[in-house]
Amino acid sequence: MYAALWRALPGPRWLKAVECLVLLAVVVAVLFRWVFPALAPLLPFNDNTVG
Amino acid sequence: MIRRLVGGVGELLITAGVLVLLFVAWQLWWTDVVADRRQAQIVQALVDDFGAGRASDVGGDAFPDLGQEKAFAVIRVPRFGADYARPVIEGTGRDVLALGVGHYDGSAAPGAVGNFAVAGHRTTYGRPFHDIDRLRAGDRVIVETAPTVYVYEIRSHEIVRPWQTEVIAPVPDQPGKAPTTAMITMTSCHPTYSARFRYVTHGALVKSIPRAQWRAADWMTVEGAR
Repeated sequence: MYAALWRALPGPRWLKAVECLVLLAVVVAVLFRWVFPALAPLLPFNDNTVG
Repeated sequence: MIRRLVGGVGELLITAGVLVLLFVAWQLWWTDVVADRRQAQIVQALVDDFGAGRASDVGGDAFPDLGQEKAFAVIRVPRFGADYARPVIEGTGRDVLALGVGHYDGSAAPGAVGNFAVAGHRTTYGRPFHDIDRLRAGDRVIVETAPTVYVYEIRSHEIVRPWQTEVIAPVPDQPGKAPTTAMITMTSCHPTYSARFRYVTHGALVKSIPRAQWRAADWMTVEGAR
């Protein structure tokens, strides 16, 4: 999976590394901004509702 | 072929592990970063409104039917830090508690006879009541509304199960009894990082001060004069 990604990225090795870091940053940003906030209410350990 | 398959499954498992760790980092760290910023903005907006006389007159006997999720007061607790200030927002739903301290629906207005009951997160989402267990009898809690600043003093604390709602009764722990004094009750989760119990702190109103006569230096001390 990641080996195929590495081969698919264009440019020399240093550029591939930079591209990987950018992709990682984008993935983390999407998770933090949209995915995790939507997921949190569905998880049991986050149930802080006061009776 | 087999080797590639096993390698692919391994990569997926590692990815899943990293995702779980990222979620923990988001929950325990990033929600604080976002909520601290947001809550500071709300406090600033409230303070500006109060100063300009824009906010509705909340507190004492005047307590208009606020919409859910409306911020109407600022709570200050010197024990939590000289610059500690959090917005008080109507309701105790998940969205409200991410924006500040939640005021239990139907509980008394700030300064009013009865029980001004509020809830706040112990951890995550800005954790406004993280240090609730550091409050001691005599500590001051200051609730600032547009017309009036209310000074409460902590009297006692208790640790109860989440369903013991009598702690926010008009007379705390005596549901059905008619109140004669103005109380404050602060609730949060207990122990830290658990929702198994509730840490509950009760206090009594000691002073109501019109905004024009409010002198922060006289009242913003950890403990009241005893």
